[in-house]
Amino acid sequence: MFLNQFLFFAAGLFSIGVYGVLTRKNGVLVLMSIELILNAVNINLVAFGAFNQDISGQVFALFVIAVAAAEVGVGLAIVLLIFRNRRSIDIAEADLLKG
Amino acid sequence: MSAFLLAQTDVIALTDTEAWVINGFFYVLAVVGLLAALKMVTTKNVVHAALYLLIVLSVVAGVYIILGAEFAAATQVMVYIGAVMVLLLFGVMLTRAKIGDDGDLDYDQKWIGALTSVSMFAVMGYSLWEAFEDDKLPSDMMPQRTGEVANSIFSQYIVPFEALSMLLLAALIGAVVVARRD
Repeated sequence: MFLNQFLFFAAGLFSIGVYGVLTRKNGVLVLMSIELILNAVNINLVAFGAFNQDISGQVFALFVIAVAAAEVGVGLAIVLLIFRNRRSIDIAEADLLKG
Repeated sequence: MSAFLLAQTDVIALTDTEAWVINGFFYVLAVVGLLAALKMVTTKNVVHAALYLLIVLSVVAGVYIILGAEFAAATQVMVYIGAVMVLLLFGVMLTRAKIGDDGDLDYDQKWIGALTSVSMFAVMGYSLWEAFEDDKLPSDMMPQRTGEVANSIFSQYIVPFEALSMLLLAALIGAVVVARRD
């Protein structure tokens, strides 16, 4: 098994996630795309851990999973707050800070 | 039990056929995962997007298994497929997303996003190929056991682990405070 086949798969997932973040209007869908990006990073960590026969890759992947869970919790709370105040989770409409 | 453990820790290099079978599994998983991810970012139905994400997360768990990271795979299933998916579906429900197709989920200038992600993939692909070309994973690759993971977390990485516990607690309380109705 080549190392690069895992890295290219992860790069593909990452790019698709970036596309989702850039094009989606719906706040929940943007959060889902961010999950895709974090998963791509995790594949890289685990692949390098297997490549170097080092346990640290897997440990860091676990840390990233935990941080991602925290991020989803806070992110959804913010999306719900935006929805409650503006009756819409269209990211394009949340532009109060625009000059 | 000890005999079982001993048998498992013997270094067994994969035969060629086994390596091919595992490789085939990986490519099937990769194609399914990439297609599901593409459908996820293009579908017009919010709930379908969540279900496609479910497929991608399962595929990633499978890739962890292929790489011999058992505990990461189990955690992926429990945390992502179990908890994060439920949270996201709750988000879909509480924000009263339209059930069924919704034509207004994307920005009009999709091609800018497509251009960005394609060029990003090109840059990453080029540098990955430059750096690793056809480096192979070690053929006598051993699965990384859960015991080793535990030893590593609770010795070398104990400080980040405790910091992470505090982060989770803070995020939990923060989420409750932010979403509270007052």
